[in-house]
Amino acid sequence: MGALDFIVALIRAAVFNGTPLMYGTSGEILTEKAGNLNLGVEGLMFMGGAFGLLGAFTYGNAMGDSANGVVAVIIALVCAFAAGCFGSLIYAFLTITLRANQNVTGLALTIMGTGVGQFVGEMMRLKVGGNVAISNALKLAFANSPFPQALQNIPVVGPLIFGYNVFVYLGIIMIIVMHHFLAKTRKGLYLRAVGESPSTADSAGINVTRYRYFATVIGGGISAIGGMVYTMTISGTVWNHTGLSGEGWVAVALVIFCLWKPINSLWGSVLFGALLILYIRLPIAFIPTQIYKVVPYIVTALVLIMVSIRQRREDQPPAALGTAFFREDR
Amino acid sequence: MHGKTPFVRLTKRENMPKGKVWMIRFGSFIFALLIGMVIFAVIGAKPLSAYGSIIQGALGRRTGIRQVVRDAIPLLGTALALAPCFKMRYWNIGGEGQITMGAVAATFFAVHFKNMPAVALLLIMAVAGIVLGSVWALIPAIFKSRWGTNETLFTLMMNYIAIGIAAWLVGGPWEGKPGSQIMPVFTSNAILPKVMGVNCGWIVVLVLTVLVFVYMRYTKHGYEVHVLGESENTARYAGMNVPKIIKRTAALSGAICGLVGFMVVSGSDGTLYSDVAGGAGFTAITVCWLAQLNPFAMIVIALMLSVLSKGASTLQSAMGIPASITDILTGIILLSMLGCEFFINYKMHFRKSAEKEAA
Amino acid sequence: MDKVHAVELKGVTKSFGSNMANKNIDLFVDKGEIMALLGENGSGKTTLMNILAGIYLPDEGRVFVDGKEVTIRSPKDAFDNRIGMIHQHFKLVDVFTAAENVVLGLEGTGRLDLKAASSKVREISRKYGFDIDPDKKVYEMSVSEKQTVEIIKVLYRGADILILDEPTAVLTPQEIEKLFAVMRAMRRDGKSIIIITHKLNEVMAVSDVVAVLRKGEHIGTVRTSETSPQALTEMMVGRKVELNIGRKDPVDPKPRLTIAGLTVRDSEGVKKLDDVGFIAFGGEILGIAGIAGSGQKELLEAVAGLRKIESGSIIYTPEGKAPAELVGKTPMEIKDAGVALAFVPEDRLGMGLVGGMGMTGNMLLRSWHKGKGIFVDRKAPEKLAADVMERLEVVTPGIYYPVRKLSGGNVQKVLVGREIASSPSVLMSAYAVRGLDINTSYTIYNLMCQQKEKGVAVIFVGEDLDVLLELCDRILVLCGGKVSGVVDARNVTKEQLGLLMTSVGGKEEN
Repeated sequence: MGALDFIVALIRAAVFNGTPLMYGTSGEILTEKAGNLNLGVEGLMFMGGAFGLLGAFTYGNAMGDSANGVVAVIIALVCAFAAGCFGSLIYAFLTITLRANQNVTGLALTIMGTGVGQFVGEMMRLKVGGNVAISNALKLAFANSPFPQALQNIPVVGPLIFGYNVFVYLGIIMIIVMHHFLAKTRKGLYLRAVGESPSTADSAGINVTRYRYFATVIGGGISAIGGMVYTMTISGTVWNHTGLSGEGWVAVALVIFCLWKPINSLWGSVLFGALLILYIRLPIAFIPTQIYKVVPYIVTALVLIMVSIRQRREDQPPAALGTAFFREDR
Repeated sequence: MHGKTPFVRLTKRENMPKGKVWMIRFGSFIFALLIGMVIFAVIGAKPLSAYGSIIQGALGRRTGIRQVVRDAIPLLGTALALAPCFKMRYWNIGGEGQITMGAVAATFFAVHFKNMPAVALLLIMAVAGIVLGSVWALIPAIFKSRWGTNETLFTLMMNYIAIGIAAWLVGGPWEGKPGSQIMPVFTSNAILPKVMGVNCGWIVVLVLTVLVFVYMRYTKHGYEVHVLGESENTARYAGMNVPKIIKRTAALSGAICGLVGFMVVSGSDGTLYSDVAGGAGFTAITVCWLAQLNPFAMIVIALMLSVLSKGASTLQSAMGIPASITDILTGIILLSMLGCEFFINYKMHFRKSAEKEAA
Repeated sequence: MDKVHAVELKGVTKSFGSNMANKNIDLFVDKGEIMALLGENGSGKTTLMNILAGIYLPDEGRVFVDGKEVTIRSPKDAFDNRIGMIHQHFKLVDVFTAAENVVLGLEGTGRLDLKAASSKVREISRKYGFDIDPDKKVYEMSVSEKQTVEIIKVLYRGADILILDEPTAVLTPQEIEKLFAVMRAMRRDGKSIIIITHKLNEVMAVSDVVAVLRKGEHIGTVRTSETSPQALTEMMVGRKVELNIGRKDPVDPKPRLTIAGLTVRDSEGVKKLDDVGFIAFGGEILGIAGIAGSGQKELLEAVAGLRKIESGSIIYTPEGKAPAELVGKTPMEIKDAGVALAFVPEDRLGMGLVGGMGMTGNMLLRSWHKGKGIFVDRKAPEKLAADVMERLEVVTPGIYYPVRKLSGGNVQKVLVGREIASSPSVLMSAYAVRGLDINTSYTIYNLMCQQKEKGVAVIFVGEDLDVLLELCDRILVLCGGKVSGVVDARNVTKEQLGLLMTSVGGKEEN
């Protein structure tokens, strides 16, 4: 295998493995931008993974051979998104309306969400009596590139640009939209204001509660799609909780690495995707694989330290991150 | 738009009678159980008999009770460890990593000093666990006190680094059968003795409960932590060395977690797994918080959660319900009890009742 | 039918718990009029205006704008009724630019046109004579620039009724003049302005009418041209201000603190104290005057060891002991040597007290490290708490009742009482009477005088010049972190003090 082929393969693997993170992270960025630190991402991704699979599986079973791949993908997306929205709605209700502690609530959501994901996954297995599998035709809809074969066959460029599954492209579009929303629109500016200083936003007539709910629920839905992408692509439409476990926490780490800017998660998730699989692709003799896997966390911790030492105002976490807002509390 | 006041108005509530407070908390627990019943009904199980078999499975037989106590040890121990940090408003969510590193340090001695007499070996293992656990907690605290580095996120990262290190040791240098990725069981001199059928860790955590209570209530350190948690400016004004207090409290927290790690490898598991903490570091955060940082209340909550977890694991064999129902029920109970604090801290004024008051 | 007023309040009442902040208030402002809302600290001015701004809901009462009854439930409702308030603590997002802050919360969807916003900000600036860069980030701005952004924010929204909450407290004299010019320009433009203040000279300089509040009640509204500062003061405090503090002449003053060349910077590197030097004598009260933020806080904190000192020396000479250098000592060592600090911050509890603890826990703040062993001794502070409670007549259900829930005056009594109880040889107090009623203030003044008579060197940072003139023996004036003068309190006028406060260059006495 030539060096070029190797690099192409490495980049492709990095993108492939980074895609779930793309969703997990950008969803959490949206949430955190409004001032909510949702540590329930791990649970949300579990729920997204399980319900996404359940949706596609149920659809495939019901329709048999006439099942349509595109419809299956949409159903999986909708199911995962809805599951994530539901989970983060609970979190939002507790932290925003009932003003419960965000850290603790997020952790409780992780406990519940991983439980729900596991439970649904296992129930499916029990019902089927073995591995949950969907038909090959549907599988391909999740795995294949949406672009024509001709484009994919262009040397180097083809596999690098056109050769990914549909979620890569959807993710890129979603992140660009989110970047545009936060940076260029009125509502985006207001949302950031809510995360920086809710009392300022409130006195400017912005409905803090509504923005926080919006960001948390939509963000949670997006994060959950990440779990579905993992289940339907990386683990090959089979419920695999050990693989998914930890994915949500990497996403939380990546939010810091991206300095709370969605556009950074485009390359950040690819980089972390690379770090996650580098031990397979590029083994270094004296570094054990388990230590290799820890690199993303070490890098994130270093970024966190650097950011706090440099104190550049634009790189700081949203100033009100983790705090509840009560108008008369001033 | 005109002439109307909002439907609900909130004000902070200051003094709710203690009895009513506990009534609300108990009520939220019942509420969570009711939601649990709905879930059982949805998946086609008889709710009451499901709860019945949870109780039966956890408390029906002596072995069950023993397992409940065994599982409660790390939960209670870690919750106790976190209490001083939380009192200081320092968000140590790195219990998971600190437990793991404590377990790793203890295991090091269990592996390399197999021939020592049991008492000496166990003592060394405990001390090693305490030391490494506190070092692991100290690292983020140093950065917090020097540069204000966000401890919530930093301690979180430290968890995964610790678990990675443990995974490497278990699958590498300390691996048993080549390729198994599992460590052999400790020799018997590295195993904690049992008292009343459960490893003696339960005595240790009960003693710790009292110690932590006394530490927080009556000592100078406890006072410093309390003041610092309320206001850093006041702490500095009173001549307290703020960075030192942060580092010391975090290290203490890590030390207890490290001790818990030792008790898990040496007491319940008898060997090191990479997920030695098994989520106790995270669940303990909720235990600690729900107990309002009160050590004695932590005993009750830790026991309750481990009854649930042990009992629900028997559901799988008894009723064919996946064991992960435990996490769902635990999550619902935690979320429900977290939410109920709102009704303790705030008072709602509805428009109608406000009008009545005015009349 | 009466003339229609720009805004009118009828029978407004608001209480917080048992504390009535506003009692049955009737008040109105007309178009093109500047109203000064005058009152002492704690008289309910800000609460009343917060009701107009949609921050608080009144318990009772009605609000009319242009003669129509309205309900203001939120800041947004306030804007919809063309009411805008500039709060004392600015409501700005630090990491946003001026223009971004200005458009915050405005109606409209879709793309954010910051260019248009910037140009409109420039237009408003031209109209009223502001000087502001719309693309500058707020965290890079000076206080006065931030205030400008706040005012533009309100004008941008087309507010016709502007409320300014103590806008001059943080400004230099030149900036105040500029602000007044802007206010007059707005009045010409037909806007109604309510300015909250307790400074009489400003009331006389800028307002058309004055409404006076006292203890939550509306005492009366008068035309500025038909009144005098004396008459206003009488309305404000209810009787002529004759303080009659029993000031005695200092007996045998000896240098206690000798400060020279003291320079201190804040965390951003800004010089807060610049080559400050003076002597504080035992047996006298040294007053410290200056407009807010001139370095008073930094000076006291530097002496107490709470701030890093860049250069300079603080020589402390306790009664009958050898002089010692305080620079480089820890706060604890300084405290133990007999230097006490009673600082009452704006929120009362931020420094010096722990809100969640009772009196005992707070007494413990001074003695927690005393005694051997790891345990805290609670016996002595318990006794002390009971003592302070009795001597200073602190109103509290008990010594374990959280001080956060006590009223302002009682909180301050706890703080000052504790510091005095440590029998210090230097007692520094800052804003000790902040927000207190007259009677409680006198309790505090008497405590200061008693300490002085005991030979303590008392350093008293105050806001009220009348008090400084009658309480202190000498007054040190700070201006922009420099000492602009040290004067004899018995032979100086308020005007002379005011002059020193606003300009460096007065002559030093010694």
